[in-house]
Amino acid sequence: MIGFLRKKKEKHDRKKAQNTSVDRGILVFEHTSDVIQAENILKKSGWSVRVMGPPPEIQTGCDLVIEFPLIEELNIRRELKGVHIEPLSVVPVTSPLLAPVDLFHTKDFGDYLMVRAANMKITVAKKDRTIVNISGGGCPDVPYLAQELVGKTLAEAPRPRELGHTLCGYALELAYNELCRK
Amino acid sequence: MIGIVGTVPDLEFPLVHGPARLINGRLYIEGRDIPINRGTPALLAAALKAAEWLGGVEIYAFLVGDIGLGEGSRKLYAFLASCLREYAFQVLTFHYTQPDVDWSLRVLFAVESMKQRPILIADAGFMYGAKMSGRAPSYDFFTPDVGELAFLADELAPHPFYTRGFILHQNNQVPDLIRRAYLHENAAAHLVVKGQPDYITRGNQVVATVDQPSFDAMEAIGGTGDTLTGLLTVLCTAGCDLTEAAVTAARANRWTGWFADPGPATQVIELIEKIPGALAKAVDQDHKVEGEDPWGKPENPD
Repeated sequence: MIGFLRKKKEKHDRKKAQNTSVDRGILVFEHTSDVIQAENILKKSGWSVRVMGPPPEIQTGCDLVIEFPLIEELNIRRELKGVHIEPLSVVPVTSPLLAPVDLFHTKDFGDYLMVRAANMKITVAKKDRTIVNISGGGCPDVPYLAQELVGKTLAEAPRPRELGHTLCGYALELAYNELCRK
Repeated sequence: MIGIVGTVPDLEFPLVHGPARLINGRLYIEGRDIPINRGTPALLAAALKAAEWLGGVEIYAFLVGDIGLGEGSRKLYAFLASCLREYAFQVLTFHYTQPDVDWSLRVLFAVESMKQRPILIADAGFMYGAKMSGRAPSYDFFTPDVGELAFLADELAPHPFYTRGFILHQNNQVPDLIRRAYLHENAAAHLVVKGQPDYITRGNQVVATVDQPSFDAMEAIGGTGDTLTGLLTVLCTAGCDLTEAAVTAARANRWTGWFADPGPATQVIELIEKIPGALAKAVDQDHKVEGEDPWGKPENPD
């Protein structure tokens, strides 16, 4: 029993250390679109990064940050500078970060397929993969994204990450990716 | 008079305010022609259609272009914070704006300085900011969908995107989410939770549910939540109890689906056109004789 409790405590401590570890830092950007671009570039280059929510003490930037290994700060900054993306600031992680919603829900309407990620939904016609509707969300880029994407096929429509600027836009990008995987 | 505050998905669209008009299916404000897609133009169009049917309450819109960068929204917030006290509205509805805690507080202070406090409705991005500001109980209505209700129920989430999994998993337990949202004072005096069924609350009590007619495809159609908020806005001026207004709005929104026979590719404008018939049906339903079939097809749907 004591052994079980000790193991449980060690696991808890490890998890706590992981969440608050000072060997991780966050890159703070002005716009969500910068976060999305930076995430793509860093992931393609093999860096261990995650998109997360900013801690409450961060008062600048958008509502997403990139968590990265702090020791690699210089290399990561250099890589981003090479593609003209510069973070507003780099801050060590000292408290747990909010994790984005990672649940997807798919609804099959027969001739149409709808995917929901967080509060955003995208629906396509199965026969030609035309985007027929975008629903959900509350940030002002949602009507803009709907205007630019609806009526186009998944292949010809711009990616939500290219036009979106908010968390709703980022959620739509996740739903779009999930739909492309179907 | 009704006030409606929101954004248009066009970066070049300046801050404009004035009476809104719906002419031959097109939305006009201060000589500008705005496409009715989803978002605030859909809410406005639905409200104008409903107002026309009810007898023509004036609708005054405050609009600005914003595509998610937030600059337009901040310009609009600043205008409202300095000028709102000069207006008189029965109902004031806030819609698609960039969520911003500080600005939503300043706008609320401006509302509190108005001679007569209007009925306050918050939806979409403004509702997110209103919840995070800690002043949710100052509003008369929030109109979340079930996902947004989970966000209201999560006292730590700053946006629906960060709703914690254990709360999000309670999707089928809407009453529990409602209780939790009220427990942490993150709900308005009334909620209209858009789902299947729609839940209407007063205080922390569910006082009504609306589940018919039901069309699966309406979940996919962008703007059906906007039309419900537009209908609610207008019905709040009808002189009835606020709960009754919410029930009629939820019913009428569903009846638009019944008249439009929607599929997942239906566009919200097709539903907005059906609002007069839908309102007639919803109001008729309130006075239905027991035993009659409330879903019977009318002779003249429009």
